Amino acid sequence: MKPEELKYTKEHEWIAPDGTVGISDYAQKELGDVVFAELPKAGKVVEAGQELCVLESVKAVSSVNSPVSGKVAEVNSALSANPELVNQDPLGKGWIAKLEIKDILQVSKLFDLASYRKYIDELHPKH
Amino acid sequence: MNYIPNTDSDRKIMLEACGFDSLQALFPDIPKDLKNKCGLSLPKELGEMDLSRELKALSRKNKDVSQKICFLGAGAYNHFIPSVVKHIISRSEFYTAYTPYQPEISQGILQAIYEYQTMICRLTGMNAANASMYDGATAMAEAALLCASYTKRKEILVSGTVNPLYRQVLSTYAVGAELILKEAAFKDGITHLESVKKSISGNTACVIIQQPNFFGCLEKVFDLAQTAHENGALFAASVDPISLAVLNSPSEYGADVVVGEGQSLGNPLNFGGPYLGIFASKKQFLRYMPGRLVGKTRDSNGKPGYVLTLQTREQHIRRGKATSNICTNEALCALAACVYMTVMGGKGLRSVAQTCTKNAASLKDKISKIKGFSIPFNAPCFKEFVIKTPRPAEEINKKLSGQGIIGGLDLEKFYPGLKNHMLLCATEMNSPGDIEKFAAALRNV
Repeated sequence: MKPEELKYTKEHEWIAPDGTVGISDYAQKELGDVVFAELPKAGKVVEAGQELCVLESVKAVSSVNSPVSGKVAEVNSALSANPELVNQDPLGKGWIAKLEIKDILQVSKLFDLASYRKYIDELHPKH
Repeated sequence: MNYIPNTDSDRKIMLEACGFDSLQALFPDIPKDLKNKCGLSLPKELGEMDLSRELKALSRKNKDVSQKICFLGAGAYNHFIPSVVKHIISRSEFYTAYTPYQPEISQGILQAIYEYQTMICRLTGMNAANASMYDGATAMAEAALLCASYTKRKEILVSGTVNPLYRQVLSTYAVGAELILKEAAFKDGITHLESVKKSISGNTACVIIQQPNFFGCLEKVFDLAQTAHENGALFAASVDPISLAVLNSPSEYGADVVVGEGQSLGNPLNFGGPYLGIFASKKQFLRYMPGRLVGKTRDSNGKPGYVLTLQTREQHIRRGKATSNICTNEALCALAACVYMTVMGGKGLRSVAQTCTKNAASLKDKISKIKGFSIPFNAPCFKEFVIKTPRPAEEINKKLSGQGIIGGLDLEKFYPGLKNHMLLCATEMNSPGDIEKFAAALRNV
């Protein structure tokens, strides 16, 4: 995926126009080496902001929340055997799930790349 | 001498600093009608010598298995404990009941827990065991939680032949976890397979059975496990660890999670606790496992070392999203089990199990020949079995008690349909003489 084609959340998830969801490069760096992914089941219905999956890194166990409401259409089962894909290619092979988006308007309310970058900069003000 | 660490003047200073004039002024939140107005009615204080005499006299009122012959089991078992067990667990380096909270500094305790986990894995055939849970009942409830979170299903199908007290604990856990409990009926003392097939569905997270079951009968575990798996459910077994020395290993019949009461392994009856919850599972459920896990690793110098691993799942880190609200273990009881298993070894454990089976068979045979008594269930048993009595079990137990014998469990208390039924247990602690004495006493009730 090209970073500029994605939308981003405050919790550092991204969503593509086709409903694919993952975590941002910033998020994977913060998490450190991901060692386990507890994936959702296809068919699961999630609300925006609700837990979609759980990623365990050497540092922490974190919830990945769904950027928008929808239904899980597909899951990246490759993460079961190779959770490190999240670190190696967060915007590509490290995708988590594909959603059937319920309301496309919810997507448009998320950050675009420029505002997400600005948001991260604000999280880490340069001295 | 006053043994209370803060004096009247200390308390006065503290109260003044807080702006209160009396201790009672600290508790205005407690409604008046709940407060004790007449003070505590306690006897006059005693000197240490008199107090010790008084307490000893009181404790002599307790009758335990050191003074009576015991044929009661039902979840707590009178097994022999080699004296080395107490000797080792009493060493000051080990003697704490608590789980290590600054764990990596206590390499010795971590290694002991690691060895315990390894032995539980070998005994059950599972790939991973945790550092232990509170007791057999909580371990079983945690198994249900594991199965529900792994399968993302909400129904738990538990057999009616599982210890009724364990099922009560399970139903308590089920409330918070929003699990739906279903019970499979039993027939001839074992889980009725047809009842399981009828109650199981695509919503069933797991089937829970006990082997040997509460009646001492051996379940048809292969069929039950197969039925669970055919429906995409997991299969959880609550086992008697001593029995595993002679019975099929749970991994052979396809158990996914194995739990059990570990008291039998080197822990005294302790008037009902503390006990030891055994918890083990196949590798794929490792991250769904509750409680503490000790792992072996290498330090930066390449030397072996032990760590509390996968703590990120635990409550002190993951808060409300933790896999379980258990952040502790029964460290001292697990250590006793570890020492017991080490001392007994595979051969010793098998010998204990075989003696139990032999004694139970001998007792069963003798009782079946007594007029008025019968054996209602035909299934093979390990160390416990049910008898049908000519008169109420409670009445018989009272008579036995007068003759220095602790009789069996009155099953009617838990199973209203089993009137005049008694659950008996024989272990290696019951000599042939004890067994004959018990049979003779039953002949005369």
